[in-house]
Amino acid sequence: MSACADHELLLQGYLDGELDAANTMTFEAHLQTCVACSAELERLAALRRRIRAPGVRYEVPEQLRARIEGALRREMVDDRRTDSEERGRIPGGRVSSAGRPARRVFVPWVLSGAVAALAACLAFVMFVRLPGITISDELVASHVRSLQVTHITDVLTSDQHVVKPWFAGKVAFSPPVYELSDAGFPLVGGRLDYVGGKTVSAIVYRRRQHVINLFVWPASSAEIAAVPSRRDGYNLVGWRQGGLQFWAVSDVDPLELQRFRGLFMAHAGDAARDGE
Amino acid sequence: MGPRFEELFLPHLDAAYGLARFIARDAAAADDIVQESFLRALRSFGTYRGGDTRSWLLAIVRNCCFDWSRSVRGAQSAGTDAELESLPDECSDGPETSVVRRGEIDEVRAMIQRLPEPFRETLVLRELEELSYKEIAQITGVPMGTVMSRLARARNLLTRDLEQRR
Repeated sequence: MSACADHELLLQGYLDGELDAANTMTFEAHLQTCVACSAELERLAALRRRIRAPGVRYEVPEQLRARIEGALRREMVDDRRTDSEERGRIPGGRVSSAGRPARRVFVPWVLSGAVAALAACLAFVMFVRLPGITISDELVASHVRSLQVTHITDVLTSDQHVVKPWFAGKVAFSPPVYELSDAGFPLVGGRLDYVGGKTVSAIVYRRRQHVINLFVWPASSAEIAAVPSRRDGYNLVGWRQGGLQFWAVSDVDPLELQRFRGLFMAHAGDAARDGE
Repeated sequence: MGPRFEELFLPHLDAAYGLARFIARDAAAADDIVQESFLRALRSFGTYRGGDTRSWLLAIVRNCCFDWSRSVRGAQSAGTDAELESLPDECSDGPETSVVRRGEIDEVRAMIQRLPEPFRETLVLRELEELSYKEIAQITGVPMGTVMSRLARARNLLTRDLEQRR
């Protein structure tokens, strides 16, 4: 009927090819003498032949394959849209957007997927904020990331009067934007970035072939004074002005970055004197 | 990133679909489960750290299946007492029933679907996906010894089922 009790698991392991050489030899020796075990092995082998017969394993219907490929393509295109927009638009989440109406029973478990995704995001944020990962590391990482992605800027213009209003409504402060091309630092544009657990504005300048990311956010007393530093081949220069914290990150020479800071601060001073 | 995800995971569409069919035992639900699994996989692709892509995907499919069955059946599927289950109504009354008696394939599939969880998923991963104990242990989150004893139980139930129906 079945294998002898003390060999039942060994028999499974033998059938599945999961025994090491020593156990395999021991069990094969046992099979020579145990009728019950060899009969059980034959029974299980027959069962396996039936289960593994062609056709038992499901193949995905072509229609479903096309539907899933379409849903993946849409998801990839939709990637830039935020989840909140997506969920606000379609109650119940993305299954609804996937080519045929979702049944009502799906809403709770699809939402649980959204919760899981949110948890994953939180875990990621917490990971980023682990002790030992400093603001400087984050700034350099953001700078490097901005060089890798195809769009270094969300708003691409050399016009300071376009860049500055673009930030309005996107961040809760108004970063100063100056055109510095006369001094050899042309304005490229601006984008939103995420540093130190908050949304910051990044103003992008160029110095010959080099990119300078200028990160700006409201200064807080908790932050340490900005000391020029160098990390992974990138230079950082920070300063504080008008209640805002600035960090310029680039691979240009440290002296050039200092000059950039001087220019920027001088413009800010002029703007203040002009009674802006 | 787009094409890379598809290259890595679309080859396992059959595996994902098969597991969903056997765990959910509901053809229409399996469609939605597999689609949701692929979308979840795409969204979590950033957390994929190499390793066997099929195992990674199947773990997601499995979670989707259980999320689905929780939402549909409530706590009903919690107590599994290792006895063969009668098929849920939607299976025996559904359009597939007429086919079930006809072919050997449908008979074997029905036989597997009568297995209770967690024996059913373990058997499907081993016999149809031909995964190793180690891979099955990772996907189902139990020690390898448990995988082995679940397989023993699943096979025992199946051979008993076969003899009774002979």
